Amino acid sequence: MAVDTIPGSLPGPASGNARDKTNAAIQKSIRRRYAAERRFKIYGVAAILFGLAFLAVLFWSIISTGYTSFVQSSFKLDVLLDRSVIDPSGQKDPNALRSADYTLLARKALATALGADTANRRDMREVGQLLSRDVDVEIRNEVLANPSLIGKTIPVWVLASGRVDNLLKGQLDRDLPAAVRKISDQQLAWIDKAEAEGRLVKRFNTGLFTNGASSNPETAGIGVALVGSLFMMMTVLLLAVPLGVAAAVYLEEFAPKNFWTDLIEVNINNLAAVPSIVFGLLGLAIFINFAGLPRSASIVGGLVLTLMTLPTIIIATRAAIGAVPPSIREAALGVGASKMQAISHHVVPLAMPGILTGTIIGLAKALGETAPLLMIGMVAFVVEYPTSPMSPSTALPVQIYMWATSAERGFVERTAGATLILLALLICMNLFAVILRRKYERRW
Amino acid sequence: MSTSVLLLGLLVAALLAFGLGLSRANALAKKGDAHLHSRAGYYGTYLALWTLLPALIVLGIWSAAEAPIIRGVVSAGLPENVKALTPAEQSLIVGRINSVARGLPRLTPEEFETVRKVRYGFTTPAEAQRVLQERGTVLGSAPEPYVIAAAYEQVELLQRSRTMLTALIAALALGGFAYANWRMSPTLRARNTVEAMVLTGLFLASTVAILTTVGIVFSMLFEAIHFFQSVSPLSFFFGTTWDPRFSAAGSGSNTSGQFGLIPLLWGTLYISIVALLVAVPVGLFSAIYMSEYASRSIRTIAKPLLEILAGIPTIVYGLFALITFGPFLRDMGAHIGFEISATSVLTAGLIMGVMLIPFVSSLSDDIINAVPQSLREGSYGLGATQSETIRRVVLPAALPGIVGAILLAASRAIGETMIVVMAAGIAANLTLNPFEPVTTITVKIVSQLTGDLEFNSPQTLVAFALGLTLFVFTLCLNIYALYIVRKYREQYE
Repeated sequence: MAVDTIPGSLPGPASGNARDKTNAAIQKSIRRRYAAERRFKIYGVAAILFGLAFLAVLFWSIISTGYTSFVQSSFKLDVLLDRSVIDPSGQKDPNALRSADYTLLARKALATALGADTANRRDMREVGQLLSRDVDVEIRNEVLANPSLIGKTIPVWVLASGRVDNLLKGQLDRDLPAAVRKISDQQLAWIDKAEAEGRLVKRFNTGLFTNGASSNPETAGIGVALVGSLFMMMTVLLLAVPLGVAAAVYLEEFAPKNFWTDLIEVNINNLAAVPSIVFGLLGLAIFINFAGLPRSASIVGGLVLTLMTLPTIIIATRAAIGAVPPSIREAALGVGASKMQAISHHVVPLAMPGILTGTIIGLAKALGETAPLLMIGMVAFVVEYPTSPMSPSTALPVQIYMWATSAERGFVERTAGATLILLALLICMNLFAVILRRKYERRW
Repeated sequence: MSTSVLLLGLLVAALLAFGLGLSRANALAKKGDAHLHSRAGYYGTYLALWTLLPALIVLGIWSAAEAPIIRGVVSAGLPENVKALTPAEQSLIVGRINSVARGLPRLTPEEFETVRKVRYGFTTPAEAQRVLQERGTVLGSAPEPYVIAAAYEQVELLQRSRTMLTALIAALALGGFAYANWRMSPTLRARNTVEAMVLTGLFLASTVAILTTVGIVFSMLFEAIHFFQSVSPLSFFFGTTWDPRFSAAGSGSNTSGQFGLIPLLWGTLYISIVALLVAVPVGLFSAIYMSEYASRSIRTIAKPLLEILAGIPTIVYGLFALITFGPFLRDMGAHIGFEISATSVLTAGLIMGVMLIPFVSSLSDDIINAVPQSLREGSYGLGATQSETIRRVVLPAALPGIVGAILLAASRAIGETMIVVMAAGIAANLTLNPFEPVTTITVKIVSQLTGDLEFNSPQTLVAFALGLTLFVFTLCLNIYALYIVRKYREQYE
């Protein structure tokens, strides 16, 4: 390499030999420095790739575990609604209809379909194990809705047991010994037969979206949790947005520069960084123990999440209001508006896109929050839909937590499936916020 | 009447008042002998506010005070032998009274009579239990006559209080309306009054933040003091054994265990340190690359993608640690003949580190961008390469801000709950081995407060002492970090 290619190389000493030596040293150091430069750049790329790779693995792991939960194995049965079983007295008394043994009917129907011996008690028990433990509910609902069906044969789809479902989805190895896989060879033959006949099919799992809590994985769903989360989001929307916008307007437009205002600002910044579990403790002590609100009620969850999202909304709103140029205010004041009118008629409407974006992001954060809800008794086994914000309910992330910590195998895919739903909701909310910002953002 | 019905009634009344005020103002304007001071809408709002606000304030105070006062009156009327019981047993009895009182309104008149007879000893408590059960009130055992008596008293007091409240609210709303209506005239400065009221409302909204902080501090301080009455602060803060020994409801607080904070604090710090060891280098390098090297197109793609990591709820990270990452680490360990527990410091720390990456990187990005361009140009002018400029000029200039960002990240790590609940384990180990499970302050807060525990035992109250410790810890970190970040920003502005 020629010496002259180094720009700005120092004029060398008199001796040519020494000059060469110096130049060689500089060459060497430059090579070293450029290598360091390349290394430094690679570290940066590696750091970003690490983050992105983790993101990919996380999504892949949850999707690959969870996508199967959106279908569920069901048997198609022609159930004979035997009058002697359902309504022996013939009076169609609703209480009798409610307590009749529908499981027996389902078993009989399945046994007939599979060609099993209905008189053999062992066979009947094994047939029964193929069906979900909550199979009676589906048939009962049909009968209660239309008692005139009694005595007829009706086609129904009933859920297969969680173990059959696992087998069909390939989560259970069929080559395992019968004792380990907990499905007998006879049952396996039946399953194959039903599948070949199109009697055992994987159908879209509406139950996942509509059912409440259940100890059987195949009938457990996030319906109640979704309604609970909805109630909480409504509470947050109704309380945090007006309060947050009002507080931000005051701080940005009216607050005098004094100790009190400084105190409020320090408080808001600090609250934004307080661990969320502390808000849960606050909710437990104030809303439940002091104010006497019921545990597990979505109103308490909503209040706690309101206090938690308030700083986010205030900070976003202040930024949005601060971005509206003073000329707007001055023009309004100039034509005779009061300060309050200038702000409520001009500044706040112009800041609205920013306020909405901040609000949606705050809501998304609140929707995914779990820890404070654990403190106020949202870890609850709730089967019935909550009718009001005061009735017991649970929340989507809490439902995920409960399923994740339950021992039964069938809940693993449900957990991941519910997580997928949660993530989909959050992505939709964030996308909406991004679109809103792109569409309405104004550069002054 | 229930609070929500009253609230609805008030809102309707306010709406009516608004309409009346509007039409009266318009009528005044039409007469034309004088100009209205404000626009007609302000007169409507003036009337509506006068109708709504006084009644609303009374409604709020009354609803808040009602329950404690009734509770006090009812428990003052309990027999002497009940008053002599321990607080825990008394709270059980109060719970029974409440559930009977809740069940009473659901009874038919005859059943109501049957239950009332128990109060005077005309029929057996078991009968009352059966009647209540039929209407959906399930009691553990037959209610004692004094419980029934107290429940009746509670129901009657509540009814009386509600009647009084309804009358009071109606009177206040009417009175407010009448006063405002009397004041109505073209010279009334309606806009000024309304705007002053709105401004007061805005100011009150801004104090919610202070009230929240005060609420946090007081509620936790109060319960923590309760806790320190049964466990000495010395053994809490310096104890090295965590063994709270759950006591069942009603067994009293004699069976208190040991509540040593040290193992929990160590677990918290250990996991946070591991998390920061991941998050700080990765976050810092990605921030440097994004702000100094990356082309515009790379930045617009990579930055939002990394921000997704910040938007993922922590429960999802926890789930990933629980079902994928923990087992993966354990199998890896088993493969090379190394025992790694599925829940361990390493699992929780690494996952939490990833969670913190976008947090560190976006904060550092802001701070690096705030370093004036002239500093960089000066460095290039002296012949430094880009990385030398970053290492020797930009980073030292940005250092205080970056330290602030790291402190904020540390405060996040210390207060993080769901990841550690699902990935760190529950055994309070005092260990240096990163492959063993440890537990943290937040995990113990969760495990002490989930499940049905009696509220006044040290086993539950300790959660508040832990929460207070956590709050103070993170508060100090936050305030110091925010102070550094703010001071640094001002330096170059």
